Amino acid sequence: MELHRLLDRDLEMLRDRVLLLGGETETALQKAMYALIERDTVTAREVLDGDDEIDRLEVEIDRLCVDTIALRQPAARDLRFVISVAKITPILERIADHACNIARVAVDLNDEPQLKPYVDLPRMAEFASGMLRAALDAFTSGDAAAARAVIERDDQIDQLYNRIFRDLIEMMVSNPTTTTRAARLLFVTKHIERIGDYVTDICELTVYMTEAAFIKHSN
Amino acid sequence: MATPTSTTASVKSATETMQERTRAFENDRESRVAAKVSVRELDFFYGRAQALHKISLDVGSQIVMAFIGPSGCGKSTFLRTLNRMNDTIPGTRVEGSVQIDGQDIYAPGTDVVELRRRVGMVFQKSNPFPKSIFDNVAYGLRINKLTSSKTELSDRVEEALTNAALWPEVKDRLKASALSLSGGQQQRLCIARALAVRPEVILMDEPASALDPIATQKIEELIVELKRQYTIVIVTHNMQQAARVSDETAFFWLGKLVEVNSTEQMFTNPNEKLTEDYITGRFG
Repeated sequence: MELHRLLDRDLEMLRDRVLLLGGETETALQKAMYALIERDTVTAREVLDGDDEIDRLEVEIDRLCVDTIALRQPAARDLRFVISVAKITPILERIADHACNIARVAVDLNDEPQLKPYVDLPRMAEFASGMLRAALDAFTSGDAAAARAVIERDDQIDQLYNRIFRDLIEMMVSNPTTTTRAARLLFVTKHIERIGDYVTDICELTVYMTEAAFIKHSN
Repeated sequence: MATPTSTTASVKSATETMQERTRAFENDRESRVAAKVSVRELDFFYGRAQALHKISLDVGSQIVMAFIGPSGCGKSTFLRTLNRMNDTIPGTRVEGSVQIDGQDIYAPGTDVVELRRRVGMVFQKSNPFPKSIFDNVAYGLRINKLTSSKTELSDRVEEALTNAALWPEVKDRLKASALSLSGGQQQRLCIARALAVRPEVILMDEPASALDPIATQKIEELIVELKRQYTIVIVTHNMQQAARVSDETAFFWLGKLVEVNSTEQMFTNPNEKLTEDYITGRFG
């Protein structure tokens, strides 16, 4: 067997694992938001229970990246791919942590009366979830243009965050009895806003992987 | 963190970034002192067979340039054109120019012995003379009459052995046969022999390919150290070695120069697909 076949096998395995991790993370986010919006504590607990598998995958991918670099010495686009995977993996794990935090808030809020019907929050979550899916697709297909398009979408998340933030603060000021619940929802919006930032990081790494261009902090 | 302004506008296009890096590399090259070695439109023939095609390449002062490429691509042949080592092979012919410090080394009347003093060479297989360690290093100094006293000769031998990182290991046995040294030591002795005549350029043709990892590491450390004083051109089949020791890398294929670039760029994002295929092991 030729050496590059061994390398290709490792790269393929890395690609599979990171996509698996991406899928698990995306599911965790969707379920966490469903648990919050539909007040479904059982689903929230599923998210929390599933986090161990995500952590395990993160460690497995870390090891694979180190092994691939040490044993196969990838160069050029192969090296950029392994480095990108090594950097995307902890980002996905952190997104999953945010999903867990949202699930924990859902468990707490589901014991109390609903503050108000959710309108912007589900939209914001859908945006974040859609961005994550598109970012993973762009990464899988090595499509830098698609990654750049996803980065653009983060502004919409930020706009929704600012709007929900203002609404919740107004609610707390006008009716202090809502403060605890509103504060929990503020945390949720912050978690989603952070997820948008993390997805942007994934897209920047996709651009790096594809074009060897460092666009992070390029403003 | 979320920012109130669009991030899109700040996202620089990849092409723009690449162009900037290429410009930076070119500017850096231009800002250096004029090229130590300058090759233009070089063709080389073994009889009727053309081994090199229109090679143009500059090697700056006090850098390490690595030549990489598959076997038979012409990198060693090209290396040997830089100090006219191919002259010793009957039926060979060179067209184009090779300049060292602006002087054409193929111009009529060129003193080839003096050229090879200025442009030293270290080969794949260490080739010490069956003489003492001291006499090996002193050889070039003696035949070129470069020293005027025994003391000066001893000083120059010590200097060369020190610069080749061999002095501490041999200083107490300078009269011992060079053939008693280990393979790695013999190769460093050959480097010392090349350094003794104070060359300006050192050509190395796979200098560590026959050595174990520890001896290889010593040679590589030596190469990095030597570039403070010398211009070094190294042919290597070991791409990790090229990445470790060189500042610039040139990729040859079928007698043509495909790409010359900063080593960092070459191993992370080469300009040519052929280069990328070679260094990622997808060649052929």
